[in-house]
Amino acid sequence: MKYTPQDFKSNQEVKWCPGCGDHAILASVQRAMPEICDALNYTKERFVFVSGIGCSSRFPYYMDTYGFHGIHGRASAIATGVKVANPTLTVWQVTGDGDALAIGGNHFIHAIRRNIDINILLFNNQIYGLTKGQYSPTSKLGMVTKTSPYGTVEHPFNPGALVLGSRGTFFARSIDVELKLTQNIMVESAKHDGTAVTEILVNCVIFNDRTHSQVADKDFRSDRTIVLKHGEPMIYGKNRDKGLILDGNKIKSVIIGENGITEKDLLVHDAQEENPGIHSMLIDMQYPELPVALGVIRAVKDKTYDDNVRDQVIDAREHAQIHNMDELLHSGATWEVK
Amino acid sequence: MQHKVIDTKEVVIRFSGDSGDGMQLTGSLFADASALYGNEVSTFPDFPAEIRAPQGTIAGVSGFQVNIGSGEIRTPGDFCDVLVAMNPAALRANAKWAKPTASIILDSDTFDEKGIKKAGFKTDDPITELKLEDRHIIFAPITSLTKESLKDSGLDPKSILRSKNIFTLGMCYYMFNRPMGTTEEYLDKKFRKKPEIADANKKVLRDGFNYAGNVHAIPNTYKIQPAKLEKGVYRNINGNQATAWGLLAASEKSGIPLFCGSYPITPATSILEELSLRKDLNAKTLQCEDEIAGICTSIGAAYAGNLAVTTTSGPGLSLKSEALGLAVMTELPLVIVDVQRGGPSTGIPTKTEQTDLNQALYGRNGECPIAVIAAHSPSHCFDAAFYSAKFALEHMMPVLLLTEGFLGNGSEPWKIPAMKDYPEIKAPVITDSEEKPFWPFKRDAEKLARRWALPGTPGLEHRVGGLEKNNDGSVSSDPLVHERMVEERAEKVARMANYIPDLEVMGEQTGEVLVVGWGGTHGHLYTAVKELQSEGKSVSLAHFDYIFPLPKNTAEVFSSFKKIIVCELNSGQFANYLRTQHQQFHYHQKNKVQGQPFIVKEIVDAVNAIL
Repeated sequence: MKYTPQDFKSNQEVKWCPGCGDHAILASVQRAMPEICDALNYTKERFVFVSGIGCSSRFPYYMDTYGFHGIHGRASAIATGVKVANPTLTVWQVTGDGDALAIGGNHFIHAIRRNIDINILLFNNQIYGLTKGQYSPTSKLGMVTKTSPYGTVEHPFNPGALVLGSRGTFFARSIDVELKLTQNIMVESAKHDGTAVTEILVNCVIFNDRTHSQVADKDFRSDRTIVLKHGEPMIYGKNRDKGLILDGNKIKSVIIGENGITEKDLLVHDAQEENPGIHSMLIDMQYPELPVALGVIRAVKDKTYDDNVRDQVIDAREHAQIHNMDELLHSGATWEVK
Repeated sequence: MQHKVIDTKEVVIRFSGDSGDGMQLTGSLFADASALYGNEVSTFPDFPAEIRAPQGTIAGVSGFQVNIGSGEIRTPGDFCDVLVAMNPAALRANAKWAKPTASIILDSDTFDEKGIKKAGFKTDDPITELKLEDRHIIFAPITSLTKESLKDSGLDPKSILRSKNIFTLGMCYYMFNRPMGTTEEYLDKKFRKKPEIADANKKVLRDGFNYAGNVHAIPNTYKIQPAKLEKGVYRNINGNQATAWGLLAASEKSGIPLFCGSYPITPATSILEELSLRKDLNAKTLQCEDEIAGICTSIGAAYAGNLAVTTTSGPGLSLKSEALGLAVMTELPLVIVDVQRGGPSTGIPTKTEQTDLNQALYGRNGECPIAVIAAHSPSHCFDAAFYSAKFALEHMMPVLLLTEGFLGNGSEPWKIPAMKDYPEIKAPVITDSEEKPFWPFKRDAEKLARRWALPGTPGLEHRVGGLEKNNDGSVSSDPLVHERMVEERAEKVARMANYIPDLEVMGEQTGEVLVVGWGGTHGHLYTAVKELQSEGKSVSLAHFDYIFPLPKNTAEVFSSFKKIIVCELNSGQFANYLRTQHQQFHYHQKNKVQGQPFIVKEIVDAVNAIL
């Protein structure tokens, strides 16, 4: 059966602000769904979208799939429960920077640590939108918001660094306006076994407009970002003339053809390398020193929580001494009164 | 000294020592041996929160009380006939529990100047200082006898010292004419891989037994005939194990796999441990990062079609409050077990209380009713958990099960039930619906339960969540829709009353005083009421297992008595709740908030005061 994006659109009116980046992500995800079904032989009823609280967390209402709109910060825990209860489901968590990294930070890192097979879409607009404009754990140092009228005095999280710190197996990054890139990443995320985190840089048109514009604006996006592809040299730029090399123990941007640099000198992206060293540097890259890394930065194979649970259950049932309640009730020391 | 064999119907023994002395094990082994012998048994572990508080201090004293009898035993006993104290601190902490006629066994090796001082005695004569001169004091050099017994065992000195509790146990087996077979079997099994340790402990056990028989220091030995129990196969069970098994039983009867998301917390942890063992019965457990994740993973599992459970104690229940509201709002089946302990805040974690009732009934934002069921004895935790799960699954709602530290850790012999005698559990799972798209909050006419459409079912895709919704599942902030949904959720819980048993009265159905209780105080209230009845007093007992909703005949029962006294281990939470539910009655109160169970005499005195 072939699906179309239309099959994944619910009958609910989409209530995000006009111009909000979330609209574009919804479109990307709905476009990715038929492709995922094709690639993995999934049917629509196997999809469950779980969210917490915040603008992005309204997402499940707009998908014509099973959906659970949870409470603030707890989406990772709810999604984990869904997946463990029924591992045949394909579970998607939609969350924001406040939901996942402030109130839900604990659940977020532990889901990743367990490597439970869920897909986490982290919409990062660096602001609390639904509560009308307070700083978030990803707001830039010094940012002026309603709760930081003199500028924030807090250092922001880099979500990818948290993923690596939790020994994450998959991290990707996209921008709301990069519809096709987001769509492709969704397919890769679905294919990955284990917790797959995708950070999507989102514009909040009302409370934090143009927060990512330095890198996301169409005019210079290709010069300030690099889309990483596994197995390909790290080349970027409007004219495809820039590249990344390892200079000592740091990544450095170079112009191909200058100072004798050729394509052969460039780093080749290896998303499957278990050692997170290079991935960590790629995740940390910031404009203006370096381009912001997009695409699948890390995708390594490891046992998932679900696999381990399944193996234990199979093993326990194979060697079971107890097969039902009556046997359990009579196990151990008992005595008869005649 | 003249040796006497005392034939008695009931004996209470209290084992006490340092936290590291193995008193909990000693008490459990003694209780098991007595149960297997055929006595009725009730136990009460009473231990500190610290795993190993400084040796020899009062803070580190751990106790375990066992009541064994040939007749009905419903409590671990108020005061003990025999007190075992492994050091001066244990004696000082527990002397107040010794009856005037009690025998007290002391490890004389520990009663040196240093030990006596560490325990906080002001003089060098603890017996006089505690005014215990009239008791039968049995000074036995337990430490040195244990060392002597095991000097050729090849065990290191530390392991040898660790066996002194088993020496004491041997002495008690002599004193109470207990067979030692079950304990020997236990030791063989526990040290299967270290037979030398098993052999050493068995030797110490026999040496303790023989020592007690040889020295003539033991003034009395006791004979307690087996109890006249109903025919059947019995086992010992503690409340937490019974809770875990009751939930597993509901999983079997419903055919729905069990999922438990939980976080370790005293005194509830052993439910999670017990469920973790049962992968063979298709139970999954997830030890979460925190209490909130415990309940939220369970809510996710419930959405996906499991019998979901989360287990905790008071502070954990506080953390779960917001998610409880989510379970109410999404109308998913969920069992929340609260093994109550002394609060507020961290409180006294290893001690028992009934102080979470208000929290269970009211502790949430919004109009958020949750059914509340309470267990009344260690073995009753099985049925209470089974029916909590049955109501959750069949009525599509969260159910909160209250047990207590006293029940969770306490144990008693239990006639093993047969699963065929338990009712079926039919959850309203559907695979198709008439309306398209599916309406997740359409209700059945009788229970008002919604239907359970599991992810993975084609055509029933739907969304649930914490936002108010209309019956078709669409988000709605329409004032009248909200009010109607609030009413429907409340009415659903209220209608559970149509499915629960009537409140029973123990004793005359009308009379002067009705003693009212709930939860783990049952044994003490029962014993007190029986005692009053045997004195010819017009006193009956009504004990509530179903707290919210209350049984439908509650007012009828209350109106048949001139006076009502509500006895509970809090400041009057159930009494106040009854005042809101049945305002027409006057409620006397007997309350205790000491982290300790009632003493039977306290209840008897309280009732006599209003008779």
